[in-house]
Formats: sequence, C-alpha cells, structure tokens
Amino acid sequence: MSDQFLTTFLFLSVVALTVGITFWASRQTKTATDFYSGGRSFSGFQNGLAIGGDYMSAASFLGISGAIAVYGYDGFLYSIGFLVAWLVALLLVAEMLRNAGRYTMADQLAFRMNQRKVRTAASVSTVVVSIFYLLAQMVGAGTLVALLLGVDSEAIKNITIVGVGILMIFYVVVGGMKGTTYVQIVKAVLLMLGSALIVLLVLAEFNFNLSSLLGAAAENSGKGDAFLQPGLQYGSTLTSQIDFLSLGLALVLGTAGLPHILIRFYTVPTARDARKSVLWAIGLIGAFYLMTLVLGFGAAALLDREAVDPAVGGNQNLASPLLAEAVGGGAGSTGGAVLLALIAAVAFATILAVVAGLTLASSSSVAHDLYKGVLKKDQEVSEKDEVRVARIAAFAIGAIAIVLSIPAQRLNIAFLVALAFAVAASANLPAIIYNMFWRRFNTRGATWSIYGGLVSAVGLVLVSPVMSSLPTSMFPDADFAIFPLNNPGIVSIPLGFLLGYIGTITSREPSAEERFTELEVRALTGAGAEGATHH
Amino acid sequence: MTTEAPDQAARHDPVYDRLHESSEFAELRKRYRGFVIPATVAFLAWYLLYVAMSNWAGDFMAIKVAGNINVALIFGLLQFVTTFGLAFMYSRYSNAKLDPLARNLEQAYRDQAGTTGKRGQA
Repeated sequence: MSDQFLTTFLFLSVVALTVGITFWASRQTKTATDFYSGGRSFSGFQNGLAIGGDYMSAASFLGISGAIAVYGYDGFLYSIGFLVAWLVALLLVAEMLRNAGRYTMADQLAFRMNQRKVRTAASVSTVVVSIFYLLAQMVGAGTLVALLLGVDSEAIKNITIVGVGILMIFYVVVGGMKGTTYVQIVKAVLLMLGSALIVLLVLAEFNFNLSSLLGAAAENSGKGDAFLQPGLQYGSTLTSQIDFLSLGLALVLGTAGLPHILIRFYTVPTARDARKSVLWAIGLIGAFYLMTLVLGFGAAALLDREAVDPAVGGNQNLASPLLAEAVGGGAGSTGGAVLLALIAAVAFATILAVVAGLTLASSSSVAHDLYKGVLKKDQEVSEKDEVRVARIAAFAIGAIAIVLSIPAQRLNIAFLVALAFAVAASANLPAIIYNMFWRRFNTRGATWSIYGGLVSAVGLVLVSPVMSSLPTSMFPDADFAIFPLNNPGIVSIPLGFLLGYIGTITSREPSAEERFTELEVRALTGAGAEGATHH
Repeated sequence: MTTEAPDQAARHDPVYDRLHESSEFAELRKRYRGFVIPATVAFLAWYLLYVAMSNWAGDFMAIKVAGNINVALIFGLLQFVTTFGLAFMYSRYSNAKLDPLARNLEQAYRDQAGTTGKRGQA
C-alpha cells in the first residue's frame, strides 16, 4: 500500500463522513431557526465542542506549531492571545448576545436602532471578515494537499481550492447550522485525539521531561537559548515591537467580534447554556494550545531545519504532519506513513469545519440582514423564502471565495487570519460592547464604528509593508507603504471605539435609548429571549 | 445634532419598564457589572503586561528557573492558568449570584407579559 494511497483514502474518509453527517442533518432542517441556529437545541457541551471546531483553524494547527518550530518562543504568543481572547467572549458577549439576538450579529443592534442602517453595516463587516478568514483556510488547504502529494503544482492547489469550496457550499446549503455543527464536533474530536497522540509520542521521546525537550529544540534550532526567549520573529526595533503589540491587541479583542463564532451562541436553548459552551470551549482550546507548544518545540527538536525553516528552503506549515511522520518511525516506515496520513487528514477536516462555519455566518447575514431586514423591509418574508435566499447566498459567497483564493495564494496565511481578527476587533467589537453597556449608544455611533473600524483596518494594511516596499510584500517593486506596521489593530481598534463614541454624542435617538431598557432586561435575564424549537 | 427616525420602537412591552425599575434587577445588574468590569480590566492588564514584558524585558524573561524552563515560558503558562481560573470563578459566581436573580426576573416576565399585551417576539 503506497503512502499516497493511504493519504488519499483517509482524506476521502473524512469527506465521506462529513457528507454523510450533512445528509443526515438535512432531514432535520426545516424551519429558518433550524437552518440558522440548528433549532437552538444543542447542549452546552456539544456547542463547546463545535466552538472549538469552528475556532481551531488550520492557522492554529499548522500555523502556530510551524511558527514555534521555526521561531521558537515567539510562535507561542499567538496561542496565548487566541486563548485569553475567550474571556472577552465569556464575560461580556456570549450570554447577552444569546438573549438579545436571534440569528446574526446584527440582531442585537437592530433591536433598538434603525435596522436598515445597522443591518447593512453589520452585514458588510460580517462578509468582509469571513472572506478574509475563508481565503486563509482555502489557501492553506491548497498548500497542504499539494505538499502531501509531493508536487508543487498550481493545478493541484487550484483543484483543491475548488474542491474545498464545493464541499463548504454543500455543507451549508444542505445541512444548515445542524450539519455544520456536527461537522465541527467531529473535527474537534479528531483534532484533539490526533494532536494528543502525537504529543504523547513526542513527550515519550524525551521521557516526559519538558526541559529536555526544550533543550533539544534550542540546540537543534542552531539558535541556542534565544530560541526559548521572545524576540526571534519580531526582532528588537521599536517598529517591530509596536507591531507585535498591535498584533497582540487584535488577537485578544478580535475573537469576540468574529461573526462565525458569535452565531454559535444562538445554537443553545438558554444564555446559561451559552456560558457553559464557552467554558467547555475554553478548556478545549486551552488544552489544544498547550499541545501546540509541544508539537512546535517537538518539531524543532526532531526535524531537520531544511524541512521546516523557510530560510533554508523548508515549509513551516508542514511542521506538524512531518513531526507525526518522524515520531511514527520516520520517513519510509509504515508507522510514519500512517501517522502522516492521519494528521494530514485531521488538518483537512479542520479546514473543512472552519470554512463551513464561515460560509454559514456570511450567508446567514446576507439573507437575514440584507435580504429580509433591508431589501424587503416592509414586506413579510416567509421563512421558506428567507432560507432559500440564504442557500443562494452560500453559493455566491462560496464562488467568490474560490475566485479570490486563487490569486490570494501569494499572501501569507497567518497574515490573512491576523487581518480578519483586526477587522473583527476594530469594526464589530466596539458596536457589540457599546450596545450592551451604553444606553446613549445609537445608530450613527454603530455605523460609524463599524464602517470606521473596517475601513481603517483594511486601509492601513493597503498602505503597509504587507502590500509594498519589502521583498516579501505583495508588490515588492512598488513603494506606497506610508504606514510602518503590518498589523493595523493598535490604530484601528481605538479608532473604532472613538468613532462609535463621537457618532453617538453628535446625534440623538430617543427611541434607541428607550428600547435599551428592554434590551438590558432581556440581555441580563433572558426575559422574552428566543427559545429552543422542538421536533 | 441629528435625530434618527424611529424604526424599532414600535413594539414595546411595558413589563420591561417595570422589571427594569425593580430592585431585584438593579441588584442583578450591579452584581454582573461588579464582576465583569473589574475582571476584564484585570485580565487585559495582565495580558498586556505579558506582551510588554516579551517586548521590553527580554533579560528578565530569559532567566532560567529550572533546567531549560525560563521565566518567559512560566509567564506564558500563567496566562493559561489565569484564563482557566477566571473562567471557573465566573462560572461559580454566575451560578451562585446571578442565575437565581435572573431566573426570578424571567419568571416575573412570564407571569406579567401575558397580562399587558402580546408576548415580546423580536
């Protein structure tokens, strides 16, 4: 049995399993509530697993372990930001959003504001954040499959991107939230078990002594003790340090503004279940990021630098799969081949679950916010009609993502994810927080903060070294980089909050203030909140 | 100053006003904010301290504590510990101090909403 046969077999098993789940879920998807939020009937534990499946992306699994393998300690900083961020969701967002909204992020703003304006703004921002995040995952899928097949061919990458795009459209159109949730649960279980297996095998190589693992990693990296200290990736100039601070802010404040995460809080019956699901998610995600530490330093200790370090021709995104091969017995051994194929299939399942969540979030927003809330404002839209539009939107967004992913292959995956977090933190989080805590907040404040945060985050990146002026830029020969940082968060996040404040105090909206009474009671007590449906 | 056209205020159930004015609701809001606002300030400050130390206190972060385990690693792992710890504390606090009040108010809403007009349906 050849290695490629085994890999292909496991990939197809993942696809078959998720397609089967989706068909099964489709039989239970009848109403709009089923389609958008799985009938709100998932338990806190199930939703916690699904949140983990939605959140732990290929950028985490392949990207962070790869960053640790190459840059050592600096890669760990991503893990910490991604985890601590969940406290924002737990303390300030999850429960109140569950009580105040219905299907999308915009619901809780539309509750007390001019729904046409705030739904349009929130929908634009939802689609932009989701598309950036989708591009990262799809480009990652293309790279992964091409490298596993051992051919660096554009055709293979493009075929993979199209295939992933078709699958994600299928999951959402056929299975809705229920299908997507079960795909995410299966993925979370596979990812945790697969990672735990490799972590145990790595630790066994070092007699379960973390210190000797770190020592071996530092030695094999050729960088010595510096490998275990901050600074290798981000350097020591003031600009790079501020850039790092900017990244840290976006990571910690972005999670609670990611639309595909926010809609997960609607899939449980009550706010208490939403809280429970975040608690499970924190446990799961925290355990996973601790494992990426071992995976990353394990790869640094056990793999050749030529395999993982891009500076000497390696590919850092392959650190985890190659580590699996190494601890399974090395290249050419049966154990190595089995583990490599297994981890690659897990990574593929990871990508599929995340892209499904992103497609669902953006198509829900297009149908529920733009179509029902804005275009058909005064007309009664039947549930059937709304769900039909959501399915059409899933097709359209999937197609756009496929078309954009093909040129986006030149962009760095970690950067695309960081940009999605920066936009979520700058555009979405200020509006969500103000809306729940500030009676005076109103339509102008919400639209200014959403559009202002969105435009400044994306705009600053366009005039940053990401796009021009450096050999690693998208346009290395041009120079229009007037903003020195790669990460816009340190400017765009405060700007989002500031614009929300200024927009609010320069306009009066008595109805928004009046309705805040109802919003606040509902958010804190669940009085009048949407309940679960039963079949 | 401009004024936005009212769009959402059409449906308003007065039961919400009564609940909002009740001392039980004031207590619930006080307890909720009394926990989450200081907790958010604390964990964000603690996280930003970690980011700042990684940037500007390299020598301190490099000190080895046991074998190859240095201050930087321990500081990073402590962020995990505090995240788990705060999540656990909030869960305990909510169960004991917030949920009973929220349940009572929600029950009061159910009892009263029917008597003052149609049930709130957003």
